[in-house]
Amino acid sequence: MQDQAILDQLIQAVTAAAEHKQALCIRGSGSKDFYGNPQALQLPALNTATWQGIVDYEPSELVVTARAGTPLAELEKLLHDHGQMLAFEPPYFNASATLGGCIAAGLSGPRRAYTGAVRDYVLGIKLLDGQGRILSFGGRVMKNVAGYDVSRLMAGAMGTLGVLLEVSLKVLPRPAVERTLCIQTDMLQAIETMRRCAAEPLPVSATCFHENQLYVRLSGAESAVRTAHARLGGDQIKDKESHEENLWESIRNHTHPFFQQGKLNGKSLWRLSVKSTTSPLSLPGEQLIEWGGALRWLVTDKDTDAAVIRTHAADAGGHATLFHGNKTITPVFHPLSPALLKIHQRLKQQFDPTGILNPQRLYTEF
Amino acid sequence: MNRKQLITAFLKFLPEEAVLYEVEDLRPYECDALSAYRQLPMIVVLPRTEAEIATILQVCHAGQVPVVARGSGTGLAGGALPHAEGVLLSLARLNRILDIDPAACSARVQPGVRNLAISEAAASYGMYYAPDPSSQIACSIGGNVAENSGGVHCLKYGLTVHNILRLRVLTIEGDVLEIGADALDSPGFDLLALMTGSEGMLGIVTEITVKLLPKPETVKLVMAVFDDISKAGDAVANVIQAGIIPAGMEMMDKITIHAVEDFVHAGYDLEGAAILLCESDGMAEEVADEIKQIQTILQASGAVRISLARDEAERQLFWAGRKAAFPAAGRVSPDYYCMDGTIPRKHLAHVLEQIEQLSAEYGLRCMNVFHAGDGNLHPLILYDANQPGELEKAEAFGARILEICIQSGGSLTGEHGVGIEKLNQMCLQFNDAERDLFHAVKAAFDPQSLLNPGKAIPELHRCAEFGAMHVHQGAEKFPDIPRF
Ligand SMILES: Cc1cc2nc3c(=O)[nH]c(=O)nc-3n(C[C@H](O)[C@H](O)[C@H](O)COP(=O)(O)OP(=O)(O)OC[C@H]3O[C@@H](n4cnc5c(N)ncnc54)[C@H](O)[C@@H]3O)c2cc1C
Repeated sequence: MQDQAILDQLIQAVTAAAEHKQALCIRGSGSKDFYGNPQALQLPALNTATWQGIVDYEPSELVVTARAGTPLAELEKLLHDHGQMLAFEPPYFNASATLGGCIAAGLSGPRRAYTGAVRDYVLGIKLLDGQGRILSFGGRVMKNVAGYDVSRLMAGAMGTLGVLLEVSLKVLPRPAVERTLCIQTDMLQAIETMRRCAAEPLPVSATCFHENQLYVRLSGAESAVRTAHARLGGDQIKDKESHEENLWESIRNHTHPFFQQGKLNGKSLWRLSVKSTTSPLSLPGEQLIEWGGALRWLVTDKDTDAAVIRTHAADAGGHATLFHGNKTITPVFHPLSPALLKIHQRLKQQFDPTGILNPQRLYTEF
Repeated sequence: MNRKQLITAFLKFLPEEAVLYEVEDLRPYECDALSAYRQLPMIVVLPRTEAEIATILQVCHAGQVPVVARGSGTGLAGGALPHAEGVLLSLARLNRILDIDPAACSARVQPGVRNLAISEAAASYGMYYAPDPSSQIACSIGGNVAENSGGVHCLKYGLTVHNILRLRVLTIEGDVLEIGADALDSPGFDLLALMTGSEGMLGIVTEITVKLLPKPETVKLVMAVFDDISKAGDAVANVIQAGIIPAGMEMMDKITIHAVEDFVHAGYDLEGAAILLCESDGMAEEVADEIKQIQTILQASGAVRISLARDEAERQLFWAGRKAAFPAAGRVSPDYYCMDGTIPRKHLAHVLEQIEQLSAEYGLRCMNVFHAGDGNLHPLILYDANQPGELEKAEAFGARILEICIQSGGSLTGEHGVGIEKLNQMCLQFNDAERDLFHAVKAAFDPQSLLNPGKAIPELHRCAEFGAMHVHQGAEKFPDIPRF
């Protein structure tokens, strides 16, 4: 099909949906179907995977622009070939993941605590709002404060504010050298070591604690990595050593055994985003820690009280998301304060007056 | 609500010295750093606490009185320009650093705290707050959030939006919004991003948690001189292409070099067509390697002279010139008008050429300083406000520069904001549906448009009028706008 025809089809689908108040489930490849409240999945799908292709890429500008249906793998391959990368290491969860889903889900991988999140790299967005209008915000330049930052607002909005058509991202050079260290330690001490890593100007690019092992990835110039290793101590692990595939890939895409057991029947996988210095959370189940202490994954029994988990997260300055588990009983995302919910509902009303885009995927209230 | 009623209402909970209404007391607040626009507010209030701000907003909301927030008034786009029938809300007295948490690398501060004061307070922990606008000794962190301010180090360390964790915001309707978190993300929409750069239009920021970074061990600065500005532009691209993100990468053109050299005696090469400052920071070994690499690239890109600052004193001296560009402009000309466009870097030479042509056309000199790493251009148009018609000429020249930036795929403002100044160009960068959505975003926070009304986003009719007088470039951009 011709480009224009694909685009027209998308516009038409949204306009018709708005007219008939027939809500839609926006879908790229479905790699994140599991993420968010499940209600929207029952709706007719608006398929965005056909709207794909790299629109513009100039390595020396550090900017890439691509259509939302572009496979993330294709985009990352292109950057890789030019010695660059998406610095937020987005999780795929499935090889077919698209750029649009990556932005809408707003999830970032192991590097996040050290180089920033998806939203930090979003420079511009083209979207279809709930009335089927094509709107562009931001741009292809590093700095831009003209108008409100609608582009970054799309990151993590789960498609509730618009159908993403095109995204411009800042990219970064790939580090010259990477090395992963392993330090034997307990959870309390691991959190302390991660904290120390953050408070010193070391080239740390990822941290993970699991089963009394603290893994620290160093990225940068050869000299920096060498010096930092000497300072931190620990044994260097080989890329393919600890599991069949690279350790960081398995954490990023949840193929690591820890995450796999969280998908088992009778278990839930929770994501607790907390203040990094939070001491070990005393919750039933098993934990894996990332992001210098700021991300705590919890595999627990299905019937562990969600309210207890959410209270722990809130007390630690953060929030808890139900990643895998019984989502028909427990809402996936941490409840909002009434004042924030009001703003969310009003924004939704403005972007999507008839409420046809991914209703309830984020919060059942809109 | 009239002026008298308002004053009475404010004096019920504010001390007398915190409510200003005599003309001579209002005068200092009539403009920000864009002094071509002046307007006395009806009343200025100077609260000390969030509770006082809440009550002020309550009174204004009940009386449907416009409110304009003001930090330090260093804004360059007229964002803090008062409203004639409104209240000017100064945040200057909320100037306490509430908490520094070196373990979590964060600081919780009030909005009136000066940018530099945060880094000064964090210094004893070996930490600092990264965004460093040139105005950092004066500008407030609340103003930085409202403008999403940047500095010479934001290529590597990001803008304000990348360096804040949490905001407390009061809405005009009386709600307290806790936006962001001590964690690295928070549930729901990214309102932290939406608030950042919103120019006081969505809410009043009453508390900010910023990220702190450990101070780099080593910092080195290279200065390169080029005999051709496009070679300097290529050098920037070459450094980045080689996989290096310098801590700072700044460029000055010939006329700037002369103006600042007269002023600070940094030892700049007066023969040069452009000077590029390129900084590297990090661990000693890594900086040594990177500097070597940078020198090689600059050499290969045609630099005629490359000097490495010998010590910290010389590094400061090299920077002094760049940092003094604005005051130097003020020294060589009675007035200057600072623009803030961004462009894809590859268009630098072409854009500078066009600026030079316009400079001849308008008969006004223009200095160019450039955050070269991230494509943010600050042309400083030199004029004399006492010469009849020169201000208007300078403004027309500036407007043309912004249009060139937009046409080259850039933006009309990189870090200074739209304010009152760039409303017309907003009509060019966004179509009516997009501007419509901006108004809708505002309405979600401030349905009656009481916060900083008339700023940042132009009304439909303004763009129609601007379009009418601007047909030669704007015609195809908005044929569908109703004309009245
Ligand atoms: C010499 C000079 C150099 C400069 N260099 C730079 C630079 O390198 N980089 C850069 O980015 N900028 C620079 N600026 C511009 C200016 O300093 C920044 O925009 C700064 O962030 C403004 O802060 P302020 O406290 O002075 O805000 P003000 O000018 O008082 O206000 C700016 C805007 O913020 C709003 N506001 C202020 N406080 C709050 C609050 N608490 N809640 C809600 N809204 C609020 C106001 O309503 C207004 O719209 C420079 C200015 C000068 C004069």
